[in-house]
Amino acid sequence: MARHVLRLIGSLALTFFGLTVITFCLSRVLPIDPVLAVVGDRAPMDVYNRVFKEMGLDRPLYEQYWHYVTQLAHGDFGVSNFTNQPVLEDLAHRFPATIELATIAILIGILFGVPMGVLAAVKQGRWPDHVMRVVGLIGYSMPVFWLGFVGLYIFYSKLGWVAGPGRIDSYYEDIVDPVTGFLLIDSLIAGEKDIFWNAISHIILPASILGYLSLAYIARMTRSFMLGQLSQEYILTAQVKGLSPARVIWRHALGNIMVPLITVIALSYGYLLEGAVLTETVFSWTGIGRYLQDSLRHNDMNAVLGTTILIGAMYVTLNLLSDLLYYIIDPRSR
Amino acid sequence: MTLAAENRESLRQWLLTDAPLGRTQARLGRFYSNWLALRRNPLAMAGLAIVVGLLLVAAVGPSLVGGSPYFQILTDRLEPPSSEHWFGTDNLGRDIFARVVYGSRITLMLIALVSIIVLPVGLLVGTVAGYFGGLLDVLLMRVTDLFLALPRLVLALAIASALGPSIQNVIIAIAITSWPPYARLARAETLTTRKSDYVMAAKMQGASHAHIIWNHIVPLCLPSIIVRLTLDMAGIVLIAAGLGFLGMGAQPPSPEWGAMVSTGRDYILDQFWVATLPGAAIFVVSLGFNLLGDGLRDVFDPKATGHKA
Repeated sequence: MARHVLRLIGSLALTFFGLTVITFCLSRVLPIDPVLAVVGDRAPMDVYNRVFKEMGLDRPLYEQYWHYVTQLAHGDFGVSNFTNQPVLEDLAHRFPATIELATIAILIGILFGVPMGVLAAVKQGRWPDHVMRVVGLIGYSMPVFWLGFVGLYIFYSKLGWVAGPGRIDSYYEDIVDPVTGFLLIDSLIAGEKDIFWNAISHIILPASILGYLSLAYIARMTRSFMLGQLSQEYILTAQVKGLSPARVIWRHALGNIMVPLITVIALSYGYLLEGAVLTETVFSWTGIGRYLQDSLRHNDMNAVLGTTILIGAMYVTLNLLSDLLYYIIDPRSR
Repeated sequence: MTLAAENRESLRQWLLTDAPLGRTQARLGRFYSNWLALRRNPLAMAGLAIVVGLLLVAAVGPSLVGGSPYFQILTDRLEPPSSEHWFGTDNLGRDIFARVVYGSRITLMLIALVSIIVLPVGLLVGTVAGYFGGLLDVLLMRVTDLFLALPRLVLALAIASALGPSIQNVIIAIAITSWPPYARLARAETLTTRKSDYVMAAKMQGASHAHIIWNHIVPLCLPSIIVRLTLDMAGIVLIAAGLGFLGMGAQPPSPEWGAMVSTGRDYILDQFWVATLPGAAIFVVSLGFNLLGDGLRDVFDPKATGHKA
């Protein structure tokens, strides 16, 4: 047990090392001279040289890398040159919005994906199975930003069922205290029902669209796990004993695929954080995805790389957690 | 039976024979039976039709459309789709249909170039790691796993923005984030063949390592890698469109589909066609590759899906 956990943590450390090497290299191959970005292009040569030294650019690369990593470890991601705030502060400020969106999205994915996958497995080769295959294929093929626009056009502009872009209507902004940063929770704490429902009507469309990405994946995996269970003898035994089909499927078979299913869900949560970059841009959602897009537009490398590290770290950690979870819950994997 | 039909029948039998007389006949026969299996799958055939359609549009489309993707008629801004402008016009009065047609070349070029970079790199890393094993294998696979463990889109975004936004840099960024699965696949295939008798025989005849890898191992890795590549092309199209949408790809006025969707975002509520029609092109192409890839996988590896063909 301990050895396995150590190995996982070792591989996590190695991945973090690789991630920082990549971001370090990217911050060095920049076509923009990092010194010029600080001193401006009219600075005299001696100022340029002094700043060049101050920034440590005359040191050997491995020393520069070490310096870079120690800074990161101290939470110093540099200062964003378009918000003029430390990047870490910016990210911390925007992170809850992304987590809120991705969490609602994954809930939608689970709520629809798991039953669809089960149904497709039970009715293998018949129409529910085909419908699921097509729904999945469309999900895999859809550019998520385009789906966002189509959704906005239909459900916001034409039908008026949901609220438009943004997290909340502008006249509700900054009313509730940001206790947790999650609008849905903060508004409940403040007891502002109107704000809560307004936030719901803002989040439901982007979350459904983001959730569709995970739905396709979750349904496909549920189906294949279920197929593995349904041909087992214990299912036959349960049927012979006279249990109702619903009980056999939802209790016995589904209970046995819970472990791999949880790892699949953890993995797709990682995908969603990434997919949020595009969705947030479409819906003017003030999370880290939108922040990344803004910093890309301003060529703000500190902010871009900081966001990359944050999303990368989340993604890698989720992978590790799902591995660990599998290992802890399922004794057979030991 | 007419002569033509008879000829066709004998050709069919020659192709499907259980005892091929030569290498060419065996290869063609294999190809033909795979094709027959693929043809039974209507979804895969639809995918093939879309992919062939994309090739045709990219090849001859621009000369048929006539209009220019750059020609602006500022008095005809944001016209809805009509018989004159099939997909309407954009904010600068350019014909969106012409732009989508020209854009197919960019998409196709991008897919082709990414494949040309990714395929050899993945093959090289995978076969070398699998063939030699040992420390080299561990090192190469560590690097592969590192890239597999990181989020693709975000990494590609960071790379593209560090290199500066342009279509070449998008290709580089996507290629850097796309090769690892092929290396893994090639390594797995290599491991199953490297101890086989014919590789041993070649070794004893004095063949060099490079010769064995190139002539005896690479050909066996290719089929599964090509199937995987077809499946991945949808993903490549989507990532490229995403990068274009975020402004990292081809720069204006280039008719790149993702960038066109991004232009249309300001007009989405009133002039839906500016953003949605180029986006539909992205969707159709990526759906086509997904359908075709799914079908190919069913043919080459029926175990993988469990779906009946």
